[in-house]
Amino acid sequence: MSVLARLRKIPFWSWVWFILGVLYFILPLYATLDFSLRMQRDTLGFRSYEKAFADPQFIKTFTYSITLAIATIIASIILIVPTAYWIRLRLPEARRIVEFITLLPFVIPAIILVFGLIRVYSAPFKIPFTDVVLLQSLTTFKFGTNILVVAGYMVLGLPYMYRSVDTGMRTVDVRTLTEAAQSLGANWLTIIVRVILPNLRAALLSGALLTFAIVVGEVVLASFLGVPAFGPYLFLLGQHRAYEPAALSFVTFLLTWVAMGIIQLVTGGQGQAAGAH
Amino acid sequence: MAQITFPASRVKMPASSLKNWIGVAPFFLFALLFLILPSVRLLAGSFTDTEGRFTLANVLALFTQPYILKAYWLSIRISAVTALSGGIFGFLLAYSVTVGGLPKALRPALITFSGVASNFAGVPLAFAFVATLGRTGFITAILKNIFNMNIYDTGFNLYSFVGLSLTYMYFQFPLMVLVMAPALDGLKREWREAAENLGANSIQYWLHVAMPILLPSILGAMILLFGNAFGAYATAYALTGGALPIITIQIGAQIRGDALHNPGLGYAMAMGMIFIMAISLAGYSWLQHKTERWLR
Repeated sequence: MSVLARLRKIPFWSWVWFILGVLYFILPLYATLDFSLRMQRDTLGFRSYEKAFADPQFIKTFTYSITLAIATIIASIILIVPTAYWIRLRLPEARRIVEFITLLPFVIPAIILVFGLIRVYSAPFKIPFTDVVLLQSLTTFKFGTNILVVAGYMVLGLPYMYRSVDTGMRTVDVRTLTEAAQSLGANWLTIIVRVILPNLRAALLSGALLTFAIVVGEVVLASFLGVPAFGPYLFLLGQHRAYEPAALSFVTFLLTWVAMGIIQLVTGGQGQAAGAH
Repeated sequence: MAQITFPASRVKMPASSLKNWIGVAPFFLFALLFLILPSVRLLAGSFTDTEGRFTLANVLALFTQPYILKAYWLSIRISAVTALSGGIFGFLLAYSVTVGGLPKALRPALITFSGVASNFAGVPLAFAFVATLGRTGFITAILKNIFNMNIYDTGFNLYSFVGLSLTYMYFQFPLMVLVMAPALDGLKREWREAAENLGANSIQYWLHVAMPILLPSILGAMILLFGNAFGAYATAYALTGGALPIITIQIGAQIRGDALHNPGLGYAMAMGMIFIMAISLAGYSWLQHKTERWLR
């Protein structure tokens, strides 16, 4: 009888859903890992990883993507932190419209964004109704294309970055910090760089890592704007290789995992607790 | 200097209010250049014919050309199927780690994993599913060797509607977990106790108390999932190589080289997508707003 009672206490269906979920998570990853280890017949080994990492194209595209990610993160922070700070301190009436804009990337998928960007910036930018050229077409030279890609990535990361910065500012009482710094004679730049930013460390890190996870494997903007990034490289590699793409997919997954794991650590599971109260 | 400005921050003056907007000007300039302008360009283009005159023909063509209708319909079906099944499965999963009685330690693990999986899309995801359910995939092989069943003989194909849906599920149900876990946390224990004191059993509690409270939030999350799948491009392209003509793939073909031989129609297609996405986001935020007063 007591065995039966104890059995009834075990949440049977909860375990069923949980195990099914774990299987759905794990199986594709396990299959990818397993496949990537079988490059040499009948033995398991890291041959495919060695080959994938040794490809100079891999090193080039991967470094390029990481550079893009870092540029995106820095530019996003420079753009968003002062904006969110200013809204909180001086311009609460702008909050609604700015929040609305930060949600727009959810309405405009990457494929539409890149479509619009190409159509706008592949032609020289003229003052309307005249022939005065303000800006050369950005897609015709390398630096211009890089600007477009980074700007596009900033747009893709905007909802995440803005949200984590804004949440971060809510928890540190920006107003008091600012007033304290001002009374000690600090100017705006000093306040933002030496008072606000250090207090936002956790928020910035989680926003940055999410942006990183989005940018490193991104394909749509990179391939349509024609930049030599990791995403398009992986796609092309998949067209004529079997084992190396599997190896790199697994590595990409691990990178995403590391990024999310760190976010979980620095926010102390804040992301999940946010709605709990 | 700074000490002089300090008291000013306390005083509200209409003149300085205008000056305050300068502080957010860089943000608005950025949004204008890289978000608004591209969208407006597509919008304007969808109402322009090849000679640059105003026309409604492109927008009307969206509803008459079978090629375009088919693409939209396929995208809508895939998004709806994965939103519904991903939504149900994700809900059950979120239920199991929040109020379902599983050990507390499993919850952060599941949430972190969901965060990873909902961000794991595109080319790597497609390759992972080829390694799992492709012709020589891991599960395909297991089923063949152990159960002597070749799923490709039964009509299954990874590079099809079902295959793509299964692949999308990998980022769909984790997103549902992330959205629903906080909502399920919002269910107050008092409600359950009150229901039980009044003699309700578990089914009655769920049917008459918990579900009516959670329903807007579940529907809202499913709409979010719908939009999530609707805008996806890279996963489908990497998996099927464009063989499954969903709307994003057709738009991609249009960007590559005016596959429709009518730029205006391509812009109209893009606007149609934005329209559907906007409706789903509006629906999501409306439903989210409705739940908020209960789940605080």
